[in-house]
Amino acid sequence: MRILLVEDDQTVRGFVAKGLKEAGHIVEQADNGKDGLFMAVSESFDTIILDRMLPGGIDGLHLLETIRGQNNRTPVLLLSALSQVDERVAGLKAGGDDYLTKPFAFSELLARVEVLCRRGKGETGPTTRLAVGDLEMDLLSRQVKRAGQKIDLQPREFRLLEYLMRHAAQVVTRTMLLEGVWDYHFDPQTNVIDVHVSRLRQKIDKPYPTPLIHTVRNAGYMLRDD
Amino acid sequence: MTTKQPVGARVRPAWLRSPVTGSPARRSIEPAAGPRRSRRNDILRSASLRLALVYALLFILSAIIFMCFIWWATVGLLEREAEAAIEADARALSERFAEDGLLGLGNTIQERLAQNVDDDAIYLMVDSAGVRVAGNLRDWPHVVARTDIWYQLSISRAGLRGRAELRAFTLPGGFRLLVGRDVRARTILKRLLTDTLLWAVLMVGVLGVSGAFVVRSLFRRMVHNVARTTAAIAAGDLTQRVPLSGSGDEFDRVAETVNEMLDRIARLMDGVKQVSNSIAHDLRTPITRARARLEDAALHATGDEEMRAAIERAVADLDGVTAVFEALLRIAEIEAGARRSAFAPLELSALLDDLADLYGALAEEQELTLERLPSPSITLQGDRRLIQQAVANLLDNAIKFSRPGGVVQLAAIPDAGLVRITVRDQGIGMQAPDLARASERFYRAETSRNMPGSGLGLSLVVAVAHLHGGRFELGPPAGRDGTTTGLEATLILPLTGMAGQQQPLLKQPVPLRMEPPSSSDHQPDRADRLS
Repeated sequence: MRILLVEDDQTVRGFVAKGLKEAGHIVEQADNGKDGLFMAVSESFDTIILDRMLPGGIDGLHLLETIRGQNNRTPVLLLSALSQVDERVAGLKAGGDDYLTKPFAFSELLARVEVLCRRGKGETGPTTRLAVGDLEMDLLSRQVKRAGQKIDLQPREFRLLEYLMRHAAQVVTRTMLLEGVWDYHFDPQTNVIDVHVSRLRQKIDKPYPTPLIHTVRNAGYMLRDD
Repeated sequence: MTTKQPVGARVRPAWLRSPVTGSPARRSIEPAAGPRRSRRNDILRSASLRLALVYALLFILSAIIFMCFIWWATVGLLEREAEAAIEADARALSERFAEDGLLGLGNTIQERLAQNVDDDAIYLMVDSAGVRVAGNLRDWPHVVARTDIWYQLSISRAGLRGRAELRAFTLPGGFRLLVGRDVRARTILKRLLTDTLLWAVLMVGVLGVSGAFVVRSLFRRMVHNVARTTAAIAAGDLTQRVPLSGSGDEFDRVAETVNEMLDRIARLMDGVKQVSNSIAHDLRTPITRARARLEDAALHATGDEEMRAAIERAVADLDGVTAVFEALLRIAEIEAGARRSAFAPLELSALLDDLADLYGALAEEQELTLERLPSPSITLQGDRRLIQQAVANLLDNAIKFSRPGGVVQLAAIPDAGLVRITVRDQGIGMQAPDLARASERFYRAETSRNMPGSGLGLSLVVAVAHLHGGRFELGPPAGRDGTTTGLEATLILPLTGMAGQQQPLLKQPVPLRMEPPSSSDHQPDRADRLS
């Protein structure tokens, strides 16, 4: 996928670009708002990773508002050291699709970018069925089956699995789960998410020969069939 | 020119002199002209002077209006009286003329003149040729030609000149009658009155100006305390407070508000100081550890695997540092009250159910039971995320410090405009001296030193409580019988969420109210409500 990275800090830019390239993406870079805006409007990208505080007279929000004003719908991930709720709200209101605060783990950035890219591909109508390998989820009847056998899940477990299945084959971080499934926006001191995932594992993976829920070290989880 | 500096110094208001800047050494540095010029500007801009001027202006203006009224009322009354007397005279004379004819009228006029004690009556009757028939005027003033208006002329009568108010009447047979009053006495009175009033105006002016000065000094004395205190604060002395007169008037209220503001500033300053100390203390440790790991790996690592492990541990250390930073910033942000914009009505029971659901699994894994005690539907005004986080912190702690097999209880009890959110555990509990310090930033009891955590959780809970105008209590669980241990943490929030506006809760905010283990006077009733 083609990704535009607008970030003024040389180290962070190099680090992110390298990581994205290793993950198989094509990365264009800009180190100031002016160049970033020029590239964003003149070329087509699948995702834009945008720092908020940029040199060159055009900051991230300004850039974002400009391209949104031109009806450019490219998904934008805001990357910023401004972490307060009001700042996040400002970023999302300006047209950002996701907001990640610095310092960040690269795995989380990658996970979020891939989620955005997929979303950018456009969803064709509302999904009613999700399937990964022999695991099936019917969103209407709220039934989960693996290898034809029905699995009983608590409502919260169902939502957790649904989130994982919607982001199948992508890294899903603990923060993303906390935000996406519980709508909590704080970092619990204890690893509550791990406990819930391991409970889910008990039901989804334990009785079957191949595990579907994989732990990605230092990052989070991934639901995939391999 | 040694006189110059004292002049410069003297013009500076005494109350502006703070202990620091008011020292003679400091003052002598200031250019003498500087304060003088600013003093002139001060006078032009002085609210007390403006107030005084407005007072004086109002006073003088109202006095002048009042005196004008007196003048017009008195002089006008005299005028109307004279005119009424003349009219009555004329009417009587014309009646007499109708009855007794010309001769009778002449006699009457003579009679009247003779009876006129004040010697102010003026009569004149002339025939058609203008020859005097009766009266005390020598001849008809040629100005007087009409009978429908009043004349005011100077006349000479019996050798005296004076002013008279006159009216002419025509009589049958070409006779004409002039009736009038000498108004010399009235003119004198008028002049006297005018003089008096002018003097009065002068006195009113003097009184007004001196009153203005009194008002100004009163006003300044009232503002003075506030100004002196704030000046001292600005100079760095945060212990100063505006003295109260005790009368509870508007100025006292201003002083109270200023004092509350100063208390808050002092608390925030304390917080900043404490945080910077704590940062120096507690954040350097993990940073040093990460640095040491990396350096050690760079120098001594023998293989890729070892290097990678060292780097990963260092990254974990740095993540910990970030988490602490974020927690600190969050607390600071909450304490500054910046998050009040996110206040909205929220359903507390559902929120707690959710948290119980999230932490229930964790508790189960630690072989604990998380009991969500039933509570009625409670709606309060607040910041959903902060309350979530505060209660999550309490649950985190309760689970962290519990022993296998224990029970953690989560309850919310509405209580007269408040709601008490209680998290009770049967864990290791806390000693009284630790309880008192538990909510200090980075404070960790000796028994929990080796537990994971930053020592910021309760600080955040306290900050959240204060933001919502509530408070936080920590103590041994109610109904303790000597065998049960553990801790009861209660977050008390007002249902209106007016952030301490009219709640007596936060009148004098204390970060934490410690409950001494011995005092159990009001604990049974809490036990009643809890169980």
